[in-house]
Amino acid sequence: MEAIIQQFFNLEIMAKALPLVLKGLGMTLLICAVVIPLGALGGLFAALASVSKNRAVRWTAIGFVDLFRAIPPLVLLIFIYAGLPFAGIQVSPFVAVAVGFFLNNSAYFAEVFRAGILSVPKGQTEAARSTGLSQGQTLFWVILPQAVRNVLPDLLSNVVEVVKLTSLASVVSLSEMLHAAGLVRSLTYNASPLVLAAGIYLVLLWPLIRLISRFERKIDS
Amino acid sequence: MGVFLDQFLNQTVLAKYTPLILKGAGVTVILSIMIVLAGIALGALLACLRAYRIKPLSFLIVVFADVMRALPPLVLILLVYFGLPNLGVVLSSFTVLFLVLSLVLAAFAEEIVWAGITSTPKGQWEAARSTGLGFTQTLGFVVLPQAVRMVIPPLTNRAIAITKMTALGMVIGVPDILGQATTAQSFSANASPLTLAAVAYIVIFLPLVIASRWLEQRFTQKGH
Repeated sequence: MEAIIQQFFNLEIMAKALPLVLKGLGMTLLICAVVIPLGALGGLFAALASVSKNRAVRWTAIGFVDLFRAIPPLVLLIFIYAGLPFAGIQVSPFVAVAVGFFLNNSAYFAEVFRAGILSVPKGQTEAARSTGLSQGQTLFWVILPQAVRNVLPDLLSNVVEVVKLTSLASVVSLSEMLHAAGLVRSLTYNASPLVLAAGIYLVLLWPLIRLISRFERKIDS
Repeated sequence: MGVFLDQFLNQTVLAKYTPLILKGAGVTVILSIMIVLAGIALGALLACLRAYRIKPLSFLIVVFADVMRALPPLVLILLVYFGLPNLGVVLSSFTVLFLVLSLVLAAFAEEIVWAGITSTPKGQWEAARSTGLGFTQTLGFVVLPQAVRMVIPPLTNRAIAITKMTALGMVIGVPDILGQATTAQSFSANASPLTLAAVAYIVIFLPLVIASRWLEQRFTQKGH
């Protein structure tokens, strides 16, 4: 028990790690602020394309989504960060993370939005169009609000996944929270900084996870 | 174009490192199968235990599922891999990756199966119990078989997402596809091994993604 406290919950080492880990948290939140809106927007476009009447557009979108759901995000990230320089394209860790996660998230958001759009009954479109709304207006004012409402738990759980995903940025030495914690761990040979980072992730994400579980129960009943 | 081919699809480099990456693919596939089996079995077991509604036990299961779903898998992997040796427990990187990802999948599987159990209409429970079936029999023979259909599409998606995370093993030195490819890339000073790795993942996971799309369509259509 003593050893566990010493190695995993060492307050002295945690206190030393705290400033660096909090700075890392800032970077983690910055990545989220860039990647979540971009991914959601990209996903929305891909979802709209994937329900298009034009067969070529539809299959291109579905192909894009399936491709980026098949490639692990870390592989994508390393390919962009360590592979592209061989083609003369040198990108900073932040840009590599932003681009890699944008492609990955768009694919996942697209699947959620697509399910939402398909869950809205056809009669809604027909009714909206017959009142004189244009196709764009129908989509924006009638279909999307209902679509988003129907898949809100899935959208939220996607957001949780993105926040967790940002930890991969540590692999390309972007100094986000896990990178900072890992650095202090390697200096102190003590796992407490990692426990500290885990605690912060938990504080950030537990409320969201509870919220998702509650939503899902409500929809059932 | 010539430069591109030379750097990303270099014949000599590909010929040299393809066997290594195929070996990595074997590790990825075996690890994935082990994680899916262990994770889903444990998750389903936990969801069934939760159905007995023994308060302290249910509470522990919920805490386990919440924590495992809230923490990034890479944090867990590093914690176990670098933390346990300080307590005298030394596990191989393969074992660490298997343990962590199985537990993460178990947490998600528990939530999904539990949602399936709770969404089975109450009348089913009552009808089954009134015919003289016990609680466990009702759960096993009446409720679970009906829950399975609801549970398969989200479970498939989650299992794919988590087996893809075997790529994280590269960080602690598991010789999976990505691990082999990054080693080969640094030895050959050429990006072709990374191209090959991306292709290997696509070959393994794209059919699964397409199959999950098909499953989802099939089950949702029949459900309505």
